Amino acid sequence: MSARRGLAVALWVAALALCALQVARTRFVADLSSFLPAAPSAEQRLLVEQLRDGALSRVMLLGIEGADAATRAVLSRSLAGRLRADARFATVANGASDNLARDKDFIFDHRYALSPRAGPDRYTAAGLRSSIGATLALLASPAGVLVKPLVPRDPTGETIAVLESLRPAQGPRTGDGVWVSRDGARALLVARTRASGADIAAQAEALDAAQRAFDAAAAQTGAAAHGARLAATGAGVFSVRSRALIEHDVVRFSLLGTAIVAALLLAAYRSATALALGLVPVVSGALAGVAAVSLGFGVVHGITLGFGTTLIGEAVDYAIYLFVQSERAERAGDAQWLAGFWPTVRLGVLTSIAGFSALLFSGLPGLAQLGLYSIAGLAAAALVTRFVLPGLLPARFRVRDLSGAGRVLAAGAERARALRWPIAAAALLALGFIASRGPAAWDPDIASLNPISAADRALDAKMRADLGAADGRHLAVVRGASLDAALEAAERAGRALDAEVAAGRLAGYDSPARMLPSAGTQRARLASLPAEGALRANLREALAGSALRAERLEPFVADVQRARGAAPFTRAELAGTTLEAALDGMLVGDDAHGWTAMLGLRAAPGASLDAAALRAALAAVPGALLLDVKGELDALYAGYFRRALAMSAVGLAVIVLLLFAALRSPARVAAVMAPLVAGVAIVAAGHLVLGTRLSILHLVGLLLVVAVGSNYALFFDRLRRAPAAVERTLASLALANATTVASFGLLSLSSIPVLHAIGSTVAAGAVLTLAFSAALAPPAPRHA
Amino acid sequence: MRRAALAILACAMTALAPTFAAGWDVGALMALLRANPAGRAHFVETKEITSLLDRPLESSGELTFTPPDRLEKHVTSPGDERLVADRERLVIEQGGRRQELLLADYPQVAVLIESIRATLAGDRAALERTYTLQLSGDAPAWRLVLKPRDAAAAKLVTRVTIEGSQARVQRVAVEQADGDRSLMRIIP
Repeated sequence: MSARRGLAVALWVAALALCALQVARTRFVADLSSFLPAAPSAEQRLLVEQLRDGALSRVMLLGIEGADAATRAVLSRSLAGRLRADARFATVANGASDNLARDKDFIFDHRYALSPRAGPDRYTAAGLRSSIGATLALLASPAGVLVKPLVPRDPTGETIAVLESLRPAQGPRTGDGVWVSRDGARALLVARTRASGADIAAQAEALDAAQRAFDAAAAQTGAAAHGARLAATGAGVFSVRSRALIEHDVVRFSLLGTAIVAALLLAAYRSATALALGLVPVVSGALAGVAAVSLGFGVVHGITLGFGTTLIGEAVDYAIYLFVQSERAERAGDAQWLAGFWPTVRLGVLTSIAGFSALLFSGLPGLAQLGLYSIAGLAAAALVTRFVLPGLLPARFRVRDLSGAGRVLAAGAERARALRWPIAAAALLALGFIASRGPAAWDPDIASLNPISAADRALDAKMRADLGAADGRHLAVVRGASLDAALEAAERAGRALDAEVAAGRLAGYDSPARMLPSAGTQRARLASLPAEGALRANLREALAGSALRAERLEPFVADVQRARGAAPFTRAELAGTTLEAALDGMLVGDDAHGWTAMLGLRAAPGASLDAAALRAALAAVPGALLLDVKGELDALYAGYFRRALAMSAVGLAVIVLLLFAALRSPARVAAVMAPLVAGVAIVAAGHLVLGTRLSILHLVGLLLVVAVGSNYALFFDRLRRAPAAVERTLASLALANATTVASFGLLSLSSIPVLHAIGSTVAAGAVLTLAFSAALAPPAPRHA
Repeated sequence: MRRAALAILACAMTALAPTFAAGWDVGALMALLRANPAGRAHFVETKEITSLLDRPLESSGELTFTPPDRLEKHVTSPGDERLVADRERLVIEQGGRRQELLLADYPQVAVLIESIRATLAGDRAALERTYTLQLSGDAPAWRLVLKPRDAAAAKLVTRVTIEGSQARVQRVAVEQADGDRSLMRIIP
């Protein structure tokens, strides 16, 4: 071993140690928010924050299925009771009102500040006569037993008015005293976790606790609960499931991918030493990749690691080229290989890096991680193959001579040439087909990035619809410097929306100001209460001839006087009520950054919201915005898609420039690019024919096809000039292709869209670009 | 016209129903009541709320029952008010406002509604879930006394007395624990 090689090995060992050190301190994450775009505008940022770890992300929807309706109701009550006792849950609602005592007390105590009917007319003699008359009518009904205890203190029915204003217009259906789905087949509960939806570990614990509580409830209920199941959904639940899915797939595919590639190499080399040495660049590359991502991003995503299997597929190629292509098999890595093949490999590495750079600048943090990981990993693997691996080879190292297989391949490649016109025609057809689909070729739905199964998403949508919650899709958003200013803005927006409700364009809306009116509104309501003398006089007049005597209403007079002197209540006083939990979902912010109030809008059943009409109505309210959650997310995604397309075009241009710089001949560049373009076009068209619209992930896959395929095309370009090594070169390409197809093909089996889309695209693309490189390569010069 | 038809139909049902005195018990009464088709009747109700009011509240209107579990009480005097007990829900419409309650959430209300509704439906099982039953008289003039089983309900309602003739319910009297009472007379 020469001194230079010794130095290279020493540097390599030191670098590996540093990488290992960095990897050891790396934090690995698995939530999918890195694959959500980082939002550019304030509203979109707020939205993404809310989706990631705001109040919306803390909602866990639970459904009880199976058994009979009565048993489901029993289980719902038992489960709710257990979860309320669990510190991991802030609130649990199941529609049973036995837990609403605190709410009722609060509403009763603050009825005059909360009542939407408060106003000067309400406490005149005529106003009192009308409202007390209605209360007496109610008293005569069976429901009279409910209001009877309230009458002496609340003869005008303010408590009921407030309760009505807080009840969603279309609340969930109830059966056996608890919330049930519209078809009645599922009992529904809404839990809010204390932990944010982004805290996946805590969400997993909460989900687990819910399942255990349900199991305990079912065990206690006995035989009737047999067959009852718990269904859970919500942002946190989805995060937990994604993580489990990602961890499962990453571990499985990494192990399987390594095993398959190792088996392929062992079959080809027939040497355990060669296999071990062949994996040296791969392991070095993986370590360097993880270390680079860890340094660059602070955390490493599970999907990045899953993607690591694909690196095995490409990085292992370099050692294959070194081992198989060396002229004198007993001394691989000699000067001749370095002079003959290394420049081709180097150019292949550079084109790959140019392709991956498009990911690095895609703007999606998750994809940028994949880009950095691949660039660092491939660069490290190539450098190790060039400078370190030759020094590690034993003196009499040799792999099996694959020239025999190479000869068969050479004959095949020769015959493939006959296919070049059909291939050209197919490529043109594919390009035409893609162009004819226009924008429809691209999937504009951000859900294409979502690893949650369509069935799970459908269940989530159904349970939300059953709960009659504002669909969460349309929000009127207002802001204020202080909490009170935000509430005042919400009240203004509410007045604009009331007109829309009256006109029938909107079924209803939820407003934080219903639970916590602004201080100004509360003061105005309290100030509209008459002084003691006036109230007594009005009462006497209103009750003349009535069966109810004014003397019975002394408690009412006393309560009104107390309310007149009361200060507006604040958010802190809502603590411990279910109103507080509801408010948390609608009112977010702090005094440093301002407050945002979100009014969830509800469309009439079966109708959709007229966004233009609502925008026009809200235009009268300064600063009010109509936010279409899904529309905004899709717009965000579309923006990133355009950017990714542009970056891909830049990456492609850089690849062409690199090829020009290296090959210095437009004809050779065209010959190298032709199989790549044909491969990419046919793979993309194939996806469309199979009914898959292309997402940003397919775009990534196509970039990888260019990166991997450029190696093949470059070797065929080289073969034209140095046809002597044709058998070995072809054998090495076939082996390299097999490892790539095996590892990416494996990824295509993943249920995670990110991995599936990339895997299926690259596996097909790698096969096609190799075949096309052989078929489309110009014939070797005659003198060979 | 329709009401007359219903009344005739009810009489016909009554004539056909098993009225043999030997078998007169809760089961026989329930069988008679179960045979009732959907129907409507007038009602006049007086309610004494001694704790609050100086004189009884009087109301009248129309009662509609659709077996097995929809009971509508439409008060036409005083004012206009509609109460619909449909399965597990109670809808109250009053002065243009609509309120919906879940009977399970308000056992005090449910105990009152159920006494009439389950009796009209001849639903013995439902009645016995909530009350102990005591039947006296005979088919032409019977009296069914219901006492709540549930201790919490018993604190509100002492007893419900229902009187009738054959398949027709004629009077429903409710006595509450706090001394309030109501009497509803049903006129076909």
